[in-house]
Amino acid sequence: MNIIVCVKQVPDPEAPPASFKIDSTTNKVAPQTNIPPVISPFDEQAVEAALRIKDAKGGKVTIISLGANLLRDVVKKPLSMGADELVLLEDPAFVDGDSWSTAYALAIAIKKIGQFDLIFCGRQAADWDSGQVGSCIAEILGLPQITVAKKVEVVDNKVKVEKVTADGYEVIEATMPALITVSNELGAARYATIKGIMAAKRKELIIWKPADIGADTAKIGVAGRRTKMHKLFQPVREGKCEIVTGENEEDAAANLAKKLMEVKLL
Amino acid sequence: MADNKGVMIFTEVVEGKLAPIAKELLGCGRKLADELKEELSALLVGSGVASFAAEAIAFGADKVYVVDDALLKDYRTDAYVAVVEKVAKQANPRILLLGQTTIGRDLAPRAAFRLGTAVTLDCVALEIDTSSKLLLQTKPVYGGNAQAIFTMETSPQMATVRAKAMSALVPDNARKGEVVTVAAGLDAAAIKTNLLQKVVQEVEGVKLEDAPVIVSGGRGIGGADGFKQLEELAKLLKGAVGASRPPCDNGWVSDTIQIGLTGKIVSPDVYIAVALSGSSQHLAGCSGSKNIIAINRDPEANIFKEARFGVVGDWKKIIPAFHAKAKELLGK
Ligand SMILES: Cc1cc2nc3c(=O)[nH]c(=O)nc-3n(C[C@H](O)[C@H](O)[C@H](O)COP(=O)(O)OP(=O)(O)OC[C@H]3O[C@@H](n4cnc5c(N)ncnc54)[C@H](O)[C@@H]3O)c2cc1C
Repeated sequence: MNIIVCVKQVPDPEAPPASFKIDSTTNKVAPQTNIPPVISPFDEQAVEAALRIKDAKGGKVTIISLGANLLRDVVKKPLSMGADELVLLEDPAFVDGDSWSTAYALAIAIKKIGQFDLIFCGRQAADWDSGQVGSCIAEILGLPQITVAKKVEVVDNKVKVEKVTADGYEVIEATMPALITVSNELGAARYATIKGIMAAKRKELIIWKPADIGADTAKIGVAGRRTKMHKLFQPVREGKCEIVTGENEEDAAANLAKKLMEVKLL
Repeated sequence: MADNKGVMIFTEVVEGKLAPIAKELLGCGRKLADELKEELSALLVGSGVASFAAEAIAFGADKVYVVDDALLKDYRTDAYVAVVEKVAKQANPRILLLGQTTIGRDLAPRAAFRLGTAVTLDCVALEIDTSSKLLLQTKPVYGGNAQAIFTMETSPQMATVRAKAMSALVPDNARKGEVVTVAAGLDAAAIKTNLLQKVVQEVEGVKLEDAPVIVSGGRGIGGADGFKQLEELAKLLKGAVGASRPPCDNGWVSDTIQIGLTGKIVSPDVYIAVALSGSSQHLAGCSGSKNIIAINRDPEANIFKEARFGVVGDWKKIIPAFHAKAKELLGK
């Protein structure tokens, strides 16, 4: 099995909301000081899904990450979890794209890699929450897609997926090659092993520039955007919380019930 | 773009009913169409869905495109993308809207790129820009920490819309509209996925999306036993139980009751948030609640910023005492 996983470096989405700031002059997110970036959590679970298939069937897992000035410690994490190869599409020309221009670059890089049975992406990246790159890659490469997976298996040369739905899940089968996007219901990603971390340190990365993959520079990054962002802002929350107190916690709780009765919320 | 006119809504039918999101989209689409002085159409896709055309008209559509085919009984990406492509090319809408649902989030990106356009997923506001006439698409980003406004100049301009972000019109059964039947023209061999099984995980009692009261627990609840107490409280208040993501990830409760950005969107009258911190991703699913009541032992927890009332302390002490007092006050 040849498996490709697309992985994005993002600001830590679990950082406290109060640390999030926008630079209104540039319409950009201000870098969070002291909070290191991470791999987008759904992408990490996409790596996990790929490794589970590698565990069961053998094969090779190749990670692709697109960005500029990517932190090696962050993007190498999938290698330390057990992935085999890391390809970076690393160039300023690749960044600040929308789902379309990002997927275009990833798709032609995937074509250059050549051999693949499955492509995994996270269901959405934790920064822009676009939720489209997987579908776009599938569309460009003409592959079947199954999105929001919680279980992925390969059975009789087909991929069998449990897809999360609003009230349960569906079991869907597709021919391969196919593209799957992964959700947190898959379960936690494995930890890096010491052996993995050592191997990741030694591993030579493959770095591709736009010319290396034959990318049409009008179609990548900012230049290739089909959507334009006009404004980025933080909605104001006028929080006025009335803290209900009492002699002790039980008393405060009883006072809360009384209060809610008073304002007809009970 | 010059030839593209009108607003089209992909109207989902769920469990034999026009879905609430479809009605909300028709309400929003009606406003946009009126502003553009153009037509509002609905696109009904499925098997045995023709009968919903009249309802779509009552909720605001001027025209309904019906694509009814046995091959469309269950949603399958390849089939539905082909149908949306076909109808969009025939009708040439200026704007095409879908719901941010299981189907919408899978279908919209692929259909958009097939049509040579783009889409913004999970919008919470849509407006026509007065000067450019472009659709301004407002979408929460960074887990809800910020919002961004996007536009696109390709057609149709596409967006999916978050549940409960828009209001449906009061249905008017006297409204008249036109129904256009379009043949699906599908090639079964081109559908590369196969639906083997649908599993519905029933949750007892009131449906989360419709519940007037929700008692929601977070990581601080600590286990399935704690959720039993929340269930009893929910029962007393005639409400439903929800959760933040960690209780679902840990298997204390069913995945289907996760509330938030990647879970359910709810807007009850009363949302009692117990031992959850109020992450932006969680608030994305519940900030539409009329009244949030927070119970958390950390006075600095973000949830207090969203709440109307709060108690600081250990839920293990607060919930039983609150339950007892509420029961007494309600005379039960
Ligand atoms: C892309 C993305 C999508 C996500 N989607 C969702 C989503 O849809 N829904 C969602 O909920 N999360 C989602 N998350 C996860 C989210 O970021 C948070 O990790 C999660 O919401 C935290 O859940 P919590 O508040 O229960 O846990 P915590 O943040 O750990 O908070 C636990 C709280 O419980 C309090 N507490 C502990 N013990 C007690 C006690 N005995 N009494 C009273 N209070 C106590 C603590 O003070 C703390 O405030 C998503 C994350 C990402 C990156």
